[in-house]
Amino acid sequence: MSNKISEILTFECETGNYHTFCPISCVAWLYQKIEDSFFLVVGTKTCGYFLQNALGVMIFAEPRYAMAELEEGDISAQLNDYKELKRLCLQIKKDRNPSVIIWIGTCTTEIIKMDLEGMAPKLENELGIPIVVARANGLDYAFTQGEDTVLAAMAHRCPEQNTLVDNKKVIQQDSTIQDFFSFLSLEKKDETTNNSSIKSKKHPPLVLFGSLPSTVASQLSSELKRQSVQVSGWLPTQRYTDLPSLGDQVYVCGVNPFLSRTATTLMRRRKCKLIGAPFPIGPDGTRAWIEKICSVFNIKTKDLEQREQQIWENLKDYLDLIRGKSVFFMGDNLLEISLARFLIRCGMIVYEIGIPYLDKRYQAAELLFLQNTCKNMGIPMPRIVEKPDNYNQIQRMRELQPDLAITGMAHANPLEARGINTKWSVEFTFAQIHGFTNARDVLELVTRPLRRNNNLENLGWNDLTKKEKQIKFN
Amino acid sequence: MKLAYWMYAGPAHIGTLRVASSFKNVHAIMHAPLGDDYFNVMRSMLERERDFTPVTASIVDRHVLARGSQEKVVDNITRKDKEERPDLIVLTPTCTSSILQEDLQNFVDRASTTSNSDVILADVNHYRVNELQAADRTLEQVVRYYLEKACRQGTLDQSLTKEPSANIIGIFTLGFHNQHDCRELKRLLQDLNIKVNKVIPEGGSVKDLQSLPKAWFNLVPYREIGLMTAIYLEKNFGMPYVSITPMGIVDTAECVRQIQKHVNNLVLNKKVDYEPYIDQQTRFVSQAAWFSRSIDCQNLTGKKAVVFGDATHAASITRILVREMGIRVSCTGTYCKHDTEWFKEQVQGFCDEILITDDHTEVGDMIARIEPSAIFGTQMERHIGKRLDIPCGVISSPVHIQNFPLGYRPFLGYEGTNQIADLIYNSFTLGMEDHLLEIFGGHDTKEVITKSLSTDTDLTWNYESQLELKKIPGFVRGKIKRNTEKFARQNNITTITVEIMYAAKEALSA
Repeated sequence: MSNKISEILTFECETGNYHTFCPISCVAWLYQKIEDSFFLVVGTKTCGYFLQNALGVMIFAEPRYAMAELEEGDISAQLNDYKELKRLCLQIKKDRNPSVIIWIGTCTTEIIKMDLEGMAPKLENELGIPIVVARANGLDYAFTQGEDTVLAAMAHRCPEQNTLVDNKKVIQQDSTIQDFFSFLSLEKKDETTNNSSIKSKKHPPLVLFGSLPSTVASQLSSELKRQSVQVSGWLPTQRYTDLPSLGDQVYVCGVNPFLSRTATTLMRRRKCKLIGAPFPIGPDGTRAWIEKICSVFNIKTKDLEQREQQIWENLKDYLDLIRGKSVFFMGDNLLEISLARFLIRCGMIVYEIGIPYLDKRYQAAELLFLQNTCKNMGIPMPRIVEKPDNYNQIQRMRELQPDLAITGMAHANPLEARGINTKWSVEFTFAQIHGFTNARDVLELVTRPLRRNNNLENLGWNDLTKKEKQIKFN
Repeated sequence: MKLAYWMYAGPAHIGTLRVASSFKNVHAIMHAPLGDDYFNVMRSMLERERDFTPVTASIVDRHVLARGSQEKVVDNITRKDKEERPDLIVLTPTCTSSILQEDLQNFVDRASTTSNSDVILADVNHYRVNELQAADRTLEQVVRYYLEKACRQGTLDQSLTKEPSANIIGIFTLGFHNQHDCRELKRLLQDLNIKVNKVIPEGGSVKDLQSLPKAWFNLVPYREIGLMTAIYLEKNFGMPYVSITPMGIVDTAECVRQIQKHVNNLVLNKKVDYEPYIDQQTRFVSQAAWFSRSIDCQNLTGKKAVVFGDATHAASITRILVREMGIRVSCTGTYCKHDTEWFKEQVQGFCDEILITDDHTEVGDMIARIEPSAIFGTQMERHIGKRLDIPCGVISSPVHIQNFPLGYRPFLGYEGTNQIADLIYNSFTLGMEDHLLEIFGGHDTKEVITKSLSTDTDLTWNYESQLELKKIPGFVRGKIKRNTEKFARQNNITTITVEIMYAAKEALSA
């Protein structure tokens, strides 16, 4: 399939001189997601300063992450890495007692070839706490790919599937107990009835991967439950100790476009079966995602079309605002293809999709969906630019004058000063954008600069740069 | 290895980038992996910069790791030279490039033969210096480069300006209230009939650096950046410099006196006398001197405060608090460990103890132990204060976006004294309010002690006690009522009398 797509879609690749966040930023949302974890970033002051500046106030809430700041003695190997890490991890164990310590390798540990993977099992034995190693460094990855490296490493720690069978028995026993008390609440009754319907259909276990806020995760789970698909687990879970079981009977499906390593690990190392679907971003994406999962399990979807239609109806006020407007993705978080596809379906024109890295196999279904969406909406395919060059992009933007640029914070204010509306791409990473329920949130973000403009438009000060400086940029 | 959650001063390359991007038409190229260009985010967000930050990265990726940068850095320099035509390109090493040990100087040499811009390699070691030291060093390096160049080309004009003039050295991007301070310093010099020759690095052009020696003297307002440059200029061009920070009334006067000394050294006919100016400003233009005598300020006498920040601001604020406002500074400290000696000397005799550390938990513990009435520190101390319920005035970097105010808020000069007085006074709980709160046992915090908001269901207040309650000012009445009822419940009392009220108050303050 990937070959077929590449024939129709054109992919460009530029110099890779673009602005994005360092992948270690994934600790910001992952330490909140995995409640019993502790993230130790083994790096330098540069990494630490990035985290403290990029994550702003979060740092003051006694976060469960810290820097193991490398000093000159560590770099020149005057100090013993193992002893140093042991000392710090003992302190972390004493102060926080986490269920897992996740070491984040950085550029520096790569360059000095610190053998984190080799040290972790030894220290794990001594310490009695699992140590997971993820190399989320700026040499290899961009921004959200950090989560990919962590989840890929965590996939190795998920229990084998045979334990899952035992669990199932326990759950079934539980549900019989639940039946006794089901009169207590309507909600529980709902669950049990659903459970029984699932028992009758019986599809193989399905594990979803990708870190989402727990409310969004349960929204997606219940969306699938409506179609009689039972989610047997998530990677990651709220607690490290509850990681889902994996094995060759397990089907897996990603919820985010940047999880290609995790997908590969799940397929190759854990022998899971990957369901390649578009991602559940936007009502169109959510429907396609559910349909794909159901089709794999031979389940006929019910009321899905109406459900999607209903969501579109609810978005009408926002759609009126953006229809026919143009948008330019500079690219920095790998959500770009899915967001562009959704916005095209909303009636926007996408000039360019910049993206740090594109795994054409993992994103195959999404790319095909993008192509079909363009065809259905009757607009030309946007150019997809991998490893973009921000300087060139700004030149192009000057010519195209898009109505909206989705860009990193480094460029947002300068572009605004030149009269180009911007939306920070980072917000899409942190906002709740998955599923039917949150489609409105995506458009809330996209339309914010446009709505702001409706208020300010006629004041006559859209361009706020001095003329001589207009030639200068980047 | 060090377990670290937070740091006061950033890594070295940030200092270099701050200096480079403060100059006009100077471009910095970092030799760094993807994602290390977050300096652009900081500048664009905190300073709300309208222009693209002139910093790009020559990306270090896997290929560079395997084969070395080869042509990449040189290509990136020459490309930037063509695209932007900057006057100067500063190649900036990062922690990554310092371990890669590539010959960056060689790249610079090669690139400078093909490009129209000047190209230099920032001479900073990531593992030896921090952000502030690196900034100081880079500024000196740039100035030295251009003065030596002018010397070689014979274009250096060392003749002094006709009128007294000064260079202001050390104003730069992301500096704490630097823009406002700069405006205030210019005003101060103008009042003294001194022309501003050059301000560097902020807004300065490297082409103009060769006219630095035309000034009569240099003014270095901050301890952290500019001193190296001033010392270089003194050594090589015999330029005197004033390094007294004009913060607070006493130090501003001292700074002006120093300026007077240098001007009079060079002026031939008419000696200047700034004393009348100092007197006029101190007593009537600045409100701070009058304020410290006013009865408002009396309430602050002997109150305990803690100060923490960079060396310049922590030292100056400590002296203002003690010398100009009669506040007791229980502890003062700085994270500028490299400048410990100077700092200790500056605050000697002004505080009970001195804390030199860059570990914010030590600062937090110190504050918790001392329990001051107010803290004057960085954003970190503000957050410590929030957790301990102690007010905090922010007086130094590191800072958040709210410390880049749009309005005019200098810390230096005579207007600065007003701003500081406001900041200090507003940080302490206001005098009369404080007094009343002390009498009546705290703010009405709406503490819930029963399920319903009205608590008079099972307790009866007799007539006298109700009258007494009514006499208490409204804003603390609820609190008193609740405290009394709480006390009554604890002691199984059902009828509240005036005596019970007093007993409750005593029990509370005991």
